[in-house]
Amino acid sequence: MIEATYNGVHHEEHQGELSFVRKYVFSTDHKVIGIQYGLTALVLLFFGFCLMMLMRWQLAFPGQPLPIGFLSKWLGDARMPGGIMAPEFYNQLGAMHGTIMIFLGVVPLAVGAFGNYLVPLQVGAQDMAFPKLNMSSYWVYFIGGVIMLCSFFVPGGSAQSGWTSYPPLADVTPQSHSLFTGQSMWLTGMVFLITSSLLGSVNTITTIVQLRAKGLTWMRLPFFVWAQLVTGFLLLLAFPPLEAAGVMQLMDRLAGTSLFLPSGLVVGGKALNVSGGGSALLWQHLFWFLAHPEVYVLILPAMGIVAEVIANNTRKPLWGYKSLVYSVIFLGFMSFIVWAHHMFLTGMGTSINAFFQTTTMIISVPSIVILTALILSLWGGSIRFNVPMLFALAFLPMFGIGGLTGLPLGLASADIHLHDTYYVIGHFHYVVAPGTLFALFAGIYYWFPKVTGRQLNDALGKIHFWGSLICMNGIFLPMFIQGMAGVSRRLYDGGSSYLHAQNVLVLNKGMSYSAWALAVFQLVFILNFFWSIFAGRKVTSDNPWEATTLEWATPTPPPHGNFLKVSEVFRGPYEYSVPGAKRDFLPQNEPPEA
Amino acid sequence: MSAAIEIPYNSTERPDTGLYNAKLGVWLFLSSEVMLFGALFSTYVLLRTGSETWEHGAQFLNVPLATINTLVLIISSVTMVMSWASLKMGSLGKFRLYLGLTILCGAIFLVIKGFEYAHKFEVGLYPSTSTFMALYFTMTGLHGLHVIGGMIVNSYLWGPGSRMWQTDPQRFTNRIEVAGLYWHFVDLVWIFLFPTLYLLPGK
Repeated sequence: MIEATYNGVHHEEHQGELSFVRKYVFSTDHKVIGIQYGLTALVLLFFGFCLMMLMRWQLAFPGQPLPIGFLSKWLGDARMPGGIMAPEFYNQLGAMHGTIMIFLGVVPLAVGAFGNYLVPLQVGAQDMAFPKLNMSSYWVYFIGGVIMLCSFFVPGGSAQSGWTSYPPLADVTPQSHSLFTGQSMWLTGMVFLITSSLLGSVNTITTIVQLRAKGLTWMRLPFFVWAQLVTGFLLLLAFPPLEAAGVMQLMDRLAGTSLFLPSGLVVGGKALNVSGGGSALLWQHLFWFLAHPEVYVLILPAMGIVAEVIANNTRKPLWGYKSLVYSVIFLGFMSFIVWAHHMFLTGMGTSINAFFQTTTMIISVPSIVILTALILSLWGGSIRFNVPMLFALAFLPMFGIGGLTGLPLGLASADIHLHDTYYVIGHFHYVVAPGTLFALFAGIYYWFPKVTGRQLNDALGKIHFWGSLICMNGIFLPMFIQGMAGVSRRLYDGGSSYLHAQNVLVLNKGMSYSAWALAVFQLVFILNFFWSIFAGRKVTSDNPWEATTLEWATPTPPPHGNFLKVSEVFRGPYEYSVPGAKRDFLPQNEPPEA
Repeated sequence: MSAAIEIPYNSTERPDTGLYNAKLGVWLFLSSEVMLFGALFSTYVLLRTGSETWEHGAQFLNVPLATINTLVLIISSVTMVMSWASLKMGSLGKFRLYLGLTILCGAIFLVIKGFEYAHKFEVGLYPSTSTFMALYFTMTGLHGLHVIGGMIVNSYLWGPGSRMWQTDPQRFTNRIEVAGLYWHFVDLVWIFLFPTLYLLPGK
């Protein structure tokens, strides 16, 4: 089917009987839903980034009025009195930056967009197993997002107790039994988002298990599909405890219970009039039971994308495919028993600390196996340095830095010094920003021709890549230095009122300039994205990268139903440069020569 | 949506997995539900072990009513299975009867639960009264929502959804099986809630 002629326009006509709304808005086609997820997530990612850029002004120039007058005016006196950021507004920005980036940006992009679009294609299915469920998953996510965004406009503003929403603070900020407070809306939004990912993960897992094409055995699945399968299980099993916790915090806020409020709590000099008897630590357990697997929800699809791009652009099989698969499964299991390494300083006791410290060290092993296998895959390959490959290559050291800097945090004694400092911020941003986001960019550049029939511009892509790489490191590398100097995270003034922070304060300016420069390079990407949709170079083949996996055996863009004939798979996913073969790639669906 | 697409294994089992899609889907969904209620039960355990005193539910909760409710739900599970069996034996009429009884049992459960709630409010027991009451209302409330959800699904399958019996009887029977699995799960949660909240002695 590689030979299938390029006839995207022709296939458009096939669905002519559907109205515009059914085709593009309430569509049950996994590809349309994937694109919906992708565009929504990209917009929200940029929005979350904008919140951070505002914060970076306050961090670099604490207490000085924002030089962009109309923005201060628009934000109003409650948020920016005299153009100077109010502390409450800073806290809102911090809490919502984290929430939006993770729950509304990266996860929907990595799982909702890439998973939705690619998993059915790569397993040779016509659609997801439950198309209507798929559609509702997107719309439930959309409603959750709208609730989150609306929370900026209620009295008192959005949630401001950090993306972790620790009680008692989150329970009593603001003290109001109304549903229309930032924190209550945050919780409601989370319930929607969790429901959405539940629907999505049921769908993904069922699709992979049930709809694999004939001949597509488990060990012939592309690594990306394996990563999505494990991610699906993490979403399925780790999210519900946070849903329970969210419901309970809503009970605390709306019905006046004290599930998370200990007895004898004094707020603002007054004893709190509640029954007490709850446990603030309980929230942390339930929250991190989700939020640690969540880290792997962020990173596994990214690893999957990088594996696809690397195999394709080194023109050789992935090194250690089976160890990759077993590692990712083991990683999935282990991620459920490491959560309390976020809580070493809560006084859980040294024996519990020792347990979670041990599991944390164990879970680093499969991550390192995966990273090593990906690096070894480069060995001896004739590497094509195109834009997706550049992003995938940069992922390796960036994720490496993010992962290795996590080890001191996983050791209870080292964590005493580093806990809640900028070191932590640097660590997880290296994992998620130049790590996961770079992988997602690699994926966008790699699969863009399949989705649109056109290539993204190469020169603009390279500007985007090099600019982003330099700026990302400009932002996050100094955070390690600040953190080791003891500067706490979530400081409204960036540490300028602390003596021990004075020597490293100057770094704040460099980090902020890097952040704003990063935005400029993202504008290059946005320009490239829209320009290429309409005027990019058209691809002349359905398989422009000469790849082996099934998604390239579809017409471009894939029509409703994806494949022109029923797919059958004859070999593993990465048969590149097979000795004796006519070409340097053997597509999975190409029948063996007799 | 366009007629060309036919998702395989909607009504028949995939030979190598032995499952049709919805059956795998509902088991995955139920595993997620186990984690949801598991978190709530863990909360109960953690808060109970962490406090010095704990109420004995039977002293102010209505054990006889809850016992009746337990029986009502168990009966509803039986009728749910019988509605599925009726379809297996090809009788839409009997299916309607048994599924109708299941829905009725769900309604009886909710009415009794409603009386219990109303009485608690009358005597001044609110979620904010104590940690025990907070857990009681959160856990039974969330369970009640699950009962309502099941009733909505069952009512749809009893009414407009049953038209599928004419076009694709195998798939319709599967739908009843899947709805039944969910309904049994909701019963099972109650079987755990009843002793935990009503019977366990305080300390």
